[in-house]
Amino acid sequence: MSVPFALLGILERGPAHGYELKQESDAVLGSPVQFGQIYSTLGRLEKAGRIRLAAEEPGLGPDRKRYEITADGVEEFRRWLAEPVAPEPRLQATLFTKTVLALQSGLPADEYLDAQRAAHLGRMRELTARKVDADISTALLADYALFHLEADLRWIDQTRARLETLRQEVTR
Amino acid sequence: MNEPVITAHGLVKHFGPTAALRGVSIDIQPGEVVAVVGASGSGKSTLLLCLAGVLRPDEGEVHFRGTRIDDASEAERSRLRRRDFGFVFQFGQLVPELPAIENIALPLLLDGVSRREAMTRAAEWSGRLGVDDVGAKVPGELSGGQQQRVAIARALITGPEVVFADEPTGALDSLAGEEVMLLLAGLARSEATAVVIVTHEPRVAAYASREVLLRDGAVVTRAGVA
Repeated sequence: MSVPFALLGILERGPAHGYELKQESDAVLGSPVQFGQIYSTLGRLEKAGRIRLAAEEPGLGPDRKRYEITADGVEEFRRWLAEPVAPEPRLQATLFTKTVLALQSGLPADEYLDAQRAAHLGRMRELTARKVDADISTALLADYALFHLEADLRWIDQTRARLETLRQEVTR
Repeated sequence: MNEPVITAHGLVKHFGPTAALRGVSIDIQPGEVVAVVGASGSGKSTLLLCLAGVLRPDEGEVHFRGTRIDDASEAERSRLRRRDFGFVFQFGQLVPELPAIENIALPLLLDGVSRREAMTRAAEWSGRLGVDDVGAKVPGELSGGQQQRVAIARALITGPEVVFADEPTGALDSLAGEEVMLLLAGLARSEATAVVIVTHEPRVAAYASREVLLRDGAVVTRAGVA
């Protein structure tokens, strides 16, 4: 799940209030996340020492809290960004989130996408090898995964080719 | 590690003001299947043609089994292409007037092998590629998949060291493409022939043992991309 990393990524750029985190994470994740989930995730991240309270302004309600990332949090976020996601079908949302967060943090999104491409093709190579001399059921099951991974890979290539345009849009 | 069958170093190639290759270096090991991938215009086909001695690079060197070939005479390179290299293209590579079996035998006939010997070996190869039942038909009467099988038989009949394939499945539907790749990769393995495949299709690239990713005429080097 990308929500904790999206929050870490946004905080990596500077401290933010809960409602700011909610708005920015919606954009980065590509779909809205419930306020409740944002606050429970912030609570877990704080407990784990990835973020801490920067300030608590007077008044009532969770929106008074301003959070900042810790050194542990930065390390955790960057490790997650650089590590290719296990190639399984339908990863686009996670890959999109990672790409946008990397661009916004000025981290090498192009290198992450190249690494992801290599991981995807490596998995496709394994599945292709499994098809050689296989029975038809095995071959068709491998094909199912191969077609989906191929769709991911095409998306990775397309995004890699349009990275500069995306950078301009998401870092405005 | 074996001696590479092909070594290319610092290849640069321009077409007018456009740089198609900007210093590409690559080794091809005996019997390995290498996929050359990249966006349109990244230099994939130019690299293939330089490695195969069809195009001369503006800079850099290409060696085949330790002998420099990029500066060899046209006659020498032509002999090399006929005897030591095989070619499979996307389409339009078969002689339209000749029956399939004679298309397969053609490289041997051009190289002075007796007609009888050439036809015997062509019959054997058409069997291995599953096109023996259409040997008497001309290319226009064959399906796309059958034409590519004939092309593969023709590419392999001389026992080449390297087969160069440029989008070999590009004109085929996905199932026919799959069958062609299974045959090509399987035969390359059993014949210990190296194969260099240019493709924009990830599923075709996945048949290779490694991938060379080109971007703007240069190889993208990364730990993850072998």
